[in-house]
Amino acid sequence: MDPLQFVSTARVAVVAGKGGVGKTTVTAVLARAAIRRGLRVLVVELDGKPALEHLLPGVEVQHISATAALGEYLDTHGLSRVAKRLTSTGIIDVVATASPGIDDIVVLGKIKQLERSGLYDLVVVDGPAAGHAITFLLSAKSLLATVRGGPIHTQATEVAAMLADPERCQVVLVTLPETTPVNEAMDTADALRERLGVHLGPIVVNAVDEGPLLTPDAAPEGSPMRAAAEFRNARRELHAAERARLDERTHLEQLVLPLVAGAVLDAGAIERLADAWDPL
Amino acid sequence: MTEPAVSTLADHLAQAGVLICCGSGGVGKTTAAAALGLQAALLGRRTVVVTIDPAKRLADALGVPDGLTNDPIQLPVDGPGELWALMLDTATTFDGLVRANAADDDQAERILANRFYRNVAGSLSGTQEYMAAERLHALHHDPRFDLVIVDTPPTRNALDFLDAPSTLARFIDHPLFKMLMLPTRRGLKVLNIAAQPVLKTIGKVVGGDVLADAVAFFQAFAGMETGFRQRADEVILLLASDITRFVLVASPRADTVEEARYFAARLRAGGLEVGAVIVNRCTPTFGEPPARRPRAADRVALYDNLLELQATAATEREHVAGLLADSAMPVGVDTTFVPMLPGDVHTMASLAAIRSLLFPPTR
Repeated sequence: MDPLQFVSTARVAVVAGKGGVGKTTVTAVLARAAIRRGLRVLVVELDGKPALEHLLPGVEVQHISATAALGEYLDTHGLSRVAKRLTSTGIIDVVATASPGIDDIVVLGKIKQLERSGLYDLVVVDGPAAGHAITFLLSAKSLLATVRGGPIHTQATEVAAMLADPERCQVVLVTLPETTPVNEAMDTADALRERLGVHLGPIVVNAVDEGPLLTPDAAPEGSPMRAAAEFRNARRELHAAERARLDERTHLEQLVLPLVAGAVLDAGAIERLADAWDPL
Repeated sequence: MTEPAVSTLADHLAQAGVLICCGSGGVGKTTAAAALGLQAALLGRRTVVVTIDPAKRLADALGVPDGLTNDPIQLPVDGPGELWALMLDTATTFDGLVRANAADDDQAERILANRFYRNVAGSLSGTQEYMAAERLHALHHDPRFDLVIVDTPPTRNALDFLDAPSTLARFIDHPLFKMLMLPTRRGLKVLNIAAQPVLKTIGKVVGGDVLADAVAFFQAFAGMETGFRQRADEVILLLASDITRFVLVASPRADTVEEARYFAARLRAGGLEVGAVIVNRCTPTFGEPPARRPRAADRVALYDNLLELQATAATEREHVAGLLADSAMPVGVDTTFVPMLPGDVHTMASLAAIRSLLFPPTR
């Protein structure tokens, strides 16, 4: 079976995970794998350092910032004078303050607009960093409770509809096969399921050391070969145990990316990682 | 003229009043902060480790099963000092600050009950950073502690809290803020203020009731801005002084080394400097392989594995050398390498192991 079958079932994949787990790598590999299957792919990068263009030569990458998205939204809704005034007085921050989550909702609204455009089969979103993913995805729900009318309310309603529909949007969690990242992935999965009701796609376990266990006894006691083998085995056993624990608790299908030791992350590395997900 | 002696990690631990651990996610920053706290306590310092990360990393690293709270809890340490830990709760800290600065209970209650305030206090990103800086200041002046170790969140903007006090100061000076304060100054009604063109504009976007809440909040806030401002200035001074030291935590992977460079540049841009570097999760070295590749199949696998790990370790050393040579890094900065452990650190015992790797007995 194609490990990436899910990409054809939802048009938006939001890649989410704590800092350092390789979220950007996974976004790039997912996009590359989908392109190899002939899909029209758009990659969305949120505020932050631009990295994906360089990892995905020839792929359409859009940067979406909250300020630009809010300005554009107001513009297209006949509020261009409002937009001008807000930006010229520099009080867009104050607007965001008056209604937390407004910056997230305009970004999600922009993603929804791209999804609806019919130009792409898959929009892969490199989600916001760290614990912000949950608040980001929850922004529609929270805003519906506090803002009772106006354009932002409409926007939140439409975004909430997209997030709730598994055929339109899935969240792809990313983790590492280590204890703390797995704990955090389990907590995030629970929170997203309980508080948002969003559909969780497969979970990507990044940097897995998958090789077979070595036989340290074949080398003399105290030898470098033996110590190195014992270390490697311990790492591989940890990875296997953490994957089993993750499965038991979340029951999410796991997509594995192999450990590429010491490698520099570049476009070639993304191509090689995408090989792991080619259909059999 | 002699070169000033380079401070070691141990020096910083002995001299600092505030020690800030920064670095990207997944590099073991929290573990490092916890291990530094443990070492400081063993040296006799009364130490509190603060995490801003809502994830339970610090609680995991310290082996606190029920998690941490906004109030410091004391952990058992077999030494002359003390080790405490807490997790910053932005809303609670903000509430405390409001109570401390309010003219009377009535003003405090009016603010705390305001819907706009409740939204802002818990969730606004700038608020979280400012409260982190505020809490740092409070703990630094808390007579229970000599050393505050901060575990910053694993994001690129983790150091934004360094700017938060100045951002707040700017906000208080902002014309819009002054306008929102007008009602109390000129005895105007909330309604009149909400009719101001700029506010009407905001109201159109966010809805009128949100705006009314906001105006009511700023009205209630009137008179407190001086206290907030003064506090912000004190925090700015503390962070810039010699009392505060920065430890950069990195791992030897290419991408995290890139992030570490970013943090070093970020500090330098703010007129601050990396005091010491900890490189975590280094692939260990095991010694030289046999001169010739063995013939037996099981031994070949062991030989190849050793060579692979050796090559990885060499690549990692190159990445780290690049970091240390970066123009944003102080020349000769003290660097400690911690090997990757076979397992994860989530008990006091494994934390003690990390501590002894950071501070080997012979050093």
